[in-house]
Amino acid sequence: MELPTKTYRITRADLVRYAGASGDFNPIHWSDRFATGVGLPGVIAHGMFTMALVGRAVTDWAGAPDAVVDYNVRFARPVVVPDDDEGAEVVVDAKVREVTEDGLTRLDLIATCGGEKVLAQARATIRAPR
Amino acid sequence: MPLDPSFVGRTYPPTAPYQVGREKIREFATAIGATDPAHHDPEAARKLGYADVVAPPTFPVLLTMAASRQVVEDPDLGVDYSRVVHGDQRFAYVRPVVAGDELVCANEIEEATVRRGHGFLTTRTEVTTVAGEPVVTVWSKIVVRGEE
Repeated sequence: MELPTKTYRITRADLVRYAGASGDFNPIHWSDRFATGVGLPGVIAHGMFTMALVGRAVTDWAGAPDAVVDYNVRFARPVVVPDDDEGAEVVVDAKVREVTEDGLTRLDLIATCGGEKVLAQARATIRAPR
Repeated sequence: MPLDPSFVGRTYPPTAPYQVGREKIREFATAIGATDPAHHDPEAARKLGYADVVAPPTFPVLLTMAASRQVVEDPDLGVDYSRVVHGDQRFAYVRPVVAGDELVCANEIEEATVRRGHGFLTTRTEVTTVAGEPVVTVWSKIVVRGEE
């Protein structure tokens, strides 16, 4: 079963806010000068920010903020966030791989940006709302 | 200095307790656009059976990223942090993190390998309450890029 696609837009303002909330102030997430200096195409989103957005999709699908019992991703490629009002768009899809007898649902997750997969081997296990 | 497989199994002393604050959970939830009332309103969280607001699933990275410094900055390992990229991340929950929790992190190195010139370092962090109650196990793999 496929779940409804969710789309998130990431702008530089989001990266600044996430840096403050998470305490990850690595300049590759806010300085073009620094990011290009270390060989990146530009400022990139925190991998953990992308993982958090996909986690949001998972809890929304689950219908409960506390439903996630296991969640893992591989960071396949960075999300480049241009310094404009549009930013970058991350599209999240999921399909149900398995429903276990004890009420757990295992999801295969796909997150893409500009048609390229940004997370690989992304999976979540959720339980039914209480 | 390349990563040495003999570091696998190395453990580190538990970190100082981290006090999970209600406002920190609200701030984190707002930053990722998570609007579920249980992240923001203690009353909504209590209806789900929790003592206070519930953190989103990736929130524990705040604790574990800080705790992993004791591994990454271990002088014996010799990781060049300017060459580090995040590889994989996993959270395996016993229960969600809730405001008011006092949590400690205990790190163990699960993987230390070199493949095609790149170093791969996987840390497993057991996040427990100060009383030792397990909350979440967090795995984080970093890749130390080799010289071009």
